Formats: sequence, structure tokens, C-alpha cells
Amino acid sequence: MGRLIRGRVLVAGEAEGEGLMTNEPLSFWGGYDQTTGEIIDRRHPLSGQMASGRILGLPGSRGSSTTTAVLLEAVRRGTAPAAILTSTTDSFLALASIVADELYQRPVPVVALSAQNFAAVHTGDWITVHADGRIEVGDHP
Amino acid sequence: MKLSPTDRDKLEGREGPASAMAMSILVRMGEVLEADHMIDIEAAHIDSTLYMGQATLDFAEKLAEMGAKVCVPTSLNVGGVDQQGWQSWPVPATWAEPARRQMDAYQSMGAVPTWTCAPYQTAFRPKFGQQIAWGESNAIVFANSVIGARTERYPDLLDICAAVTGRVPAVGLHLESNRGGQLMIEVSGVPESLQSEDSFYPVFGLLVGKLAGDRIPVLTGLNVQPTEDQLKAFGAATASSGSVALFHWVGVTPEAGTLEVALKGRQPEEVIRVGIADLKAAWRDLTTDSGGKLDMVVLGSPHFSLDEFRRLAPMLDGRSRHPDVSFLVTSSRAMAALAEKAGVLKPLREFGGRVTLDTCILTTPMLPSEVKTLMTNSAKYAYYSPGLLNTQVVFGSLEDCVQSAIEGRVVRDESLWAA
Repeated sequence: MGRLIRGRVLVAGEAEGEGLMTNEPLSFWGGYDQTTGEIIDRRHPLSGQMASGRILGLPGSRGSSTTTAVLLEAVRRGTAPAAILTSTTDSFLALASIVADELYQRPVPVVALSAQNFAAVHTGDWITVHADGRIEVGDHP
Repeated sequence: MKLSPTDRDKLEGREGPASAMAMSILVRMGEVLEADHMIDIEAAHIDSTLYMGQATLDFAEKLAEMGAKVCVPTSLNVGGVDQQGWQSWPVPATWAEPARRQMDAYQSMGAVPTWTCAPYQTAFRPKFGQQIAWGESNAIVFANSVIGARTERYPDLLDICAAVTGRVPAVGLHLESNRGGQLMIEVSGVPESLQSEDSFYPVFGLLVGKLAGDRIPVLTGLNVQPTEDQLKAFGAATASSGSVALFHWVGVTPEAGTLEVALKGRQPEEVIRVGIADLKAAWRDLTTDSGGKLDMVVLGSPHFSLDEFRRLAPMLDGRSRHPDVSFLVTSSRAMAALAEKAGVLKPLREFGGRVTLDTCILTTPMLPSEVKTLMTNSAKYAYYSPGLLNTQVVFGSLEDCVQSAIEGRVVRDESLWAA
């Protein structure tokens, strides 16, 4: 049985997957390959990791508002993260997910965590995101 | 978030499905941002025109098919293709076709095809105090700072929702109380001869953007009165190296008559002193390679203004570019028409230069693959080209750029910076 934490729901949805966590913000424009889901910002600590289908945890996005268009295209192609955990209220990531819901009926759950809860989630944890903001963190099944 | 009766009409589809979708996105964003209510806007500038793949086209065409119409005066940012000139560059037709469809979709909503990232230099220039919803980072920082209009940083996809409904969540820089300076940057020891150079502004902007991040900087310690094009170059740089959406320049910008006014009577959370050494470091940062072969000179980010065409023309008169260096200016249809009328495009053509309209080198895949090294007087081009276009870049003054195009190699007057 894993730990249970709660966050603020920015975009509601259910998802399950392996955590991929970073403390560095990421610009999806130039930083996320929408054709594969690979993180391609070569100065970013997650460079080379595949985020597609995983629970991506990051403080928030950085830089260009075109992050929104890149994440939306990744949802369309099926290369987006399964859910996104943040430690800030990131309006660009939330917008991409809201439009993905309105346009394709495929929202990516986005949940904002307190700094303390964010720090307690690690790469490799098995994470279950619930629509009400409950998050179960456990070992890989 | 509290909704007005008309907000509710829109949300519930009584003004049609496009307005309902746009309002739904705005209301959901308002809840994410914990807004209390929504406010009217008087104008919008749409950056969603940029083609970033099938999804951005799907979004535009879905809105258009549902009958979306803008309900405030709306200008359009650069698009993904130069509609009249793309065939003379190696733009793949597989890109040009959907990029053009996306542009057509936004035009069909009643927005005006200005296709420019400098809408503040068109008839769509907002007025002091107006609430507007603008996309495009350089346009946002100019509208807020230089004009004193009020806009948040509207991302792609949200700007058009604001234009279609005429409403936005009351948050951020729309609210007077959030417009005070947060960070003070005191400049000292910069000679006036350097302050009056055009190339000072993009360099200073790059430095300020790095220091400020997404905070509101208040600038003091300079004693020149910058021109509008200098402030445009400065703002675009702050929004490239940082996410600056508003700056206050004491004695220059309209919400900064005095330091106290710019800070709204509060203490800055940080004071940073900068001097000539910091500026020289920023100047060096804008160049990735100054020793190699030069392939292209590119000017016009943000889009070249009539004044900039006027300043350029006499430098080109009676001369011609080196055959190995191409020379490109990016601008808008309106500015190019004015420049033609003023007789300042002819010297550019005779020099061997070209003009690209509607778009820019960062937003359409137009550069030939042989182009490995660019030279520019724009901090925005210099900042983004290495990452987005995989080129080397040299930053120089307008005079340096022209001289280098003539000689076919990088020539820079470094006396102001390198000493």
C-alpha cells in the first residue's frame, strides 16, 4: 500500500504510471519532442528521457508560451505524459490540457502539489492520479 | 469565479458553439488562476496564427467551422508562411499548405490580416489604460510598458478565446495593484555615447531579461530618452532572455514618472546594480561565433518599421552585397508598402537585399540548409537562432551588418564594447 497525498486539481482526470520527476522547469518548445515524447532540451537534467505515458513531475514550464501548442500536439499524437504534477500553478500547461479536452476529449490530468509533497515523489515511483486530486505513490507493481 | 449573465449566455451556447467553447476554456483558466470575475477587453492580438503542427490547425479550423467571429478589433501576429513569397525560399509545400490554412481560418473569424509581430506600430496600437488581450512576447511587453495598455501574457490558443468572447479573467497585469515594480535595476558608469547607440538597447534588454526572469523590473540611472524603435528592441530582448511582460523605465515609460510611482510606493524585493562590465558580457553572449564565414544578414525582429527602413536605405545606396552573403529584412505588408511609397525599398533591392513579409525566420522553415552563420542587429534573432535554427550567430549594429554584407565577412566596430 502506497502513500496518499493531495494536490490542487488544475485539470481533472485519472492516470497511472511511472514517475519522472525533475526540479528544473522545462520549455516544451525546443525541449519536448512531440513526435516521440522525448525530452530534448540538452541542458535539462531529464534530457534523453521518454516522458510519453509517464507521470511527469516538474515545477512548471519555462519561457515561450508556445509550450502550450507543443503539449497539445503531443496529446494529439499520443506522445504526451499520462499526467503532469507541478509545484506551481502553471497556466500554460493547464491551458494545453484544457484545450486537449475541448478539442479531442483527451485531457492530461494536471495537479499542483505543495513543495513538500512535490519533493516526496521520486522518479520510478508508481503513481496513481485520481480526478479529485488524490495521488497514490507506491512501488512499481 | 463569478460570471455575468452574458458570460453565462456564452458559456451555455446561446451565442453559438464557438463562443461556448471559447468561454468554457476561459472559465476553466479563470478557475485555475483563481480569478474572482471576468472583465471586458477592447482589443486582441492573436499569436495562435503560428502553425505548430496538426493540433494548432485543428483548433483554428474547429473554431472557424463553428462560426467563430471576433467581437473586438483584432490584429493577427506573424503566420507560418509568407503568403506571397514562400515559393522563392525552400519552404516545403507540406508545411506551407497547412500553415496557410491556419492563417485563413483566423482571417475568416474577422481578424485583420496584419501578419505582424509589431502591431503597436500599426493602426491597432492600443491606448494608455486600455484592457487588451495580446499574444506575442515582444508585443505584450511593448503594449504594457511603452504604451501603458493592460494585458497578461496570453499564450497561443487563449488569445483567440478572448477575442471571440471579448472577456478575460481579471488577473495579473489587468489589475492596477499588480503593476508595481518588483525588482530595481540601477545602471551606472555607462557613457552617454554608448547609451545613444541603437545596439545598446538589445544588449541592455538581454541583460535585464536575464536578471528579471518573470518579475517587473524598474530601471534607473540612464540619462537618454530612447526612441520608440530602441524601446521595441529593448523590450523584445527582455522577453527573449526572460519572461518580462512589463518594465518601468523611470522618466521614460508612462507608469514610471518617478521611482516611487513605478514601485507603487513599495520597497523593491531586490536591488541590482549593473555597470559596463555586465553590459559587455551580455554583448558577448549574443554572439556564438564571430570568426567564421558569413552566410546571411537578417534584420527585422520585431518586424522592421518605416523608420528603420529609412535609416537603412542611405547605408545601402549605390552599394551592393557580396555575392556569398544574402541580405534579408523581415517586415509586414503595411510597413513594406509605406517603405515602397517613401522610396526606401528601392535601394534595398538594388543592394541585392530581399524582404520577407507575414512571417519571420523563426516561424517558417525558409532558410536554405547552407546557411550556417547569421548576422543580425536583433537580440531576439540572436537569442533564438542557435537553438531553433541550429545556426551560429553574430550580433552587430545595423552599420556592422551592412558593412559585413558588403565585404562578405564579419566586420564589427567593437570600440564601444570591447575596450
